[in-house]
Amino acid sequence: MRHLRAVNRKAVRVEEWIAAEHGDVFALQQGGGQPTRPHYPMGCSLVFSPGWEVDSAGGTAGLCQPVERDLYDCYLSCFWPAQVPDHLNNYPDWTGKCASATKDWRNIDLVFP
Amino acid sequence: MTSSYRLGEFHPFAGGGKSYLYLVPSGAIFELDGPSAAVIDRLRPGERSREDLLAELGPDAAEVLDELAQSRAIVSGPGFHDPVEKAPLPFPLNTLVLNVTNQCNLSCKYCYEFGEDRVANPEGKAKFMPEDTARASVDYLLANSQGRRSVHLTFFGGETLMNFPVVRSTIEYAREKARAAGKYIDFSLTTNATLLTPHVIEYLAENQVGVTISIDGPKELNDQLRVFANGRGIYDIIAPKIRELLARHTSRPIGARVTLTSQVVDVLKIYRHLKNDLGFHEVGFAPVTTSPVRLYAIGGGGLDLVLEQFKTLAREYLDHALRGEHHGFSNVTDTLAELHQGISKAHPCGAALGLLGVGPSGDLAPCHRFVDSDAHKLGHISTGVDRAKQADFLDRGHINRKIECHTCWARPVCSGGCYHEAHVRYGDTGHANLHYCDWIRGWTDVCLSVYGEIAARNPKFLEHFDERSSAQ
Repeated sequence: MRHLRAVNRKAVRVEEWIAAEHGDVFALQQGGGQPTRPHYPMGCSLVFSPGWEVDSAGGTAGLCQPVERDLYDCYLSCFWPAQVPDHLNNYPDWTGKCASATKDWRNIDLVFP
Repeated sequence: MTSSYRLGEFHPFAGGGKSYLYLVPSGAIFELDGPSAAVIDRLRPGERSREDLLAELGPDAAEVLDELAQSRAIVSGPGFHDPVEKAPLPFPLNTLVLNVTNQCNLSCKYCYEFGEDRVANPEGKAKFMPEDTARASVDYLLANSQGRRSVHLTFFGGETLMNFPVVRSTIEYAREKARAAGKYIDFSLTTNATLLTPHVIEYLAENQVGVTISIDGPKELNDQLRVFANGRGIYDIIAPKIRELLARHTSRPIGARVTLTSQVVDVLKIYRHLKNDLGFHEVGFAPVTTSPVRLYAIGGGGLDLVLEQFKTLAREYLDHALRGEHHGFSNVTDTLAELHQGISKAHPCGAALGLLGVGPSGDLAPCHRFVDSDAHKLGHISTGVDRAKQADFLDRGHINRKIECHTCWARPVCSGGCYHEAHVRYGDTGHANLHYCDWIRGWTDVCLSVYGEIAARNPKFLEHFDERSSAQ
């Protein structure tokens, strides 16, 4: 609320109730209020992430995204419990030869644990 | 949209140059900015349509109207309240008050236990609580405080220290049982201080027992009504004992509890003496509970005089709070704590909900003031609470039944006031205490101003009240 300031604890609860009752839900936003700039969700085709998904037949021929798309998301940016090396402890240099993912993704090492 | 707005239920107040609303019945306190205060002002003469207000205040006011309407500071539509919900029963116990004896070595003239307005009929009942009754009470408290981490045991009388051996053995027993039950338990007692000895003081200090002393001020005021059976005042006996207690017992804050009567209304003098001369940590005042015909009853003009002096002390409290310092006027502390939490009471107090009184015979009562009264008995410690009687007592005392209170802005903190006072005045524990409505509203308004000023100028001080009252 912009014109009323919640002062005591009950007012804070009333404010939370109003937000839940009347406010919109904006996922993945920074801060509250209306969005001030376009929001691009992470992980869509705007970001190139080589991945390892399979299609409905268990192969890679029918994917709507390149097979490599999810790889980095599992390894670095988002944690996902996939069978990729961990970059924190054991394989910090796994993508060392991959300077630019769009060009060099074939240089990502093979790992034999 | 074709809404028509009118003012909701609130009490406006100011403090530290800010404007606030105390919303009723929620108990929420909001600070207004310029545009929201302007809307409130526009609606004072009466209802107005949204279009009308927007035409006058500009389209930006739409957001202001929405915020005020959502918080119910302004309302539209039919004007009725949803009934307040009843408390879920059985309610987990928080505090037991053990009246370890109904005997007293004094004959204070206004005493609600022995005086002209007594409700107790102790004839033929135990005079001193035996050890096994006290132990059964501890067991009952621990077994019926489901969901609470900490519980409280308060010892009361009569004169509590006339049964000190049972106080002691009960504390030891309770500590052990609480530990086994995985709960925290603390102890307090109220005494007239006549029986404090170095040995007792040492015990209370070592065991961190909270102590409240009943005392009405300096000698000339205290000894008017606080006397032995032969009429002799007790001040000279208790003053040195109290000094000794305050010097030794520093593990808990020691409070003085003053009863104001027609003869004893010099609040400032009493406060200065108890706080500065004797050195109490906190001093709290309450007007005597009595029917209006008694000589010591405070008449209407007397309460105004008391309120004026309370205001002076509240101003002092504020100055201390703005410097971040403690002030010992506990009437302000208690009210600020409730305002800060935004408490909105369906019942005036915890009696028969989280709190019960236990008489020397083991009879259960809604609180210590009804102990030994057959008319108010709620069961026995050996068989537990009589749930039907408890529900009846609570129903009669619920805010929904007190029609007179439904238009009062102070009902979130008052809820009709003390059951015992209502019984003495009106013969009905569920009656609203209409004789002190002006007093309650006056005092709550004073405390709201103090709260508003602290919120504006030293909000950090209010953090003291964050946990108070909400402790489990």
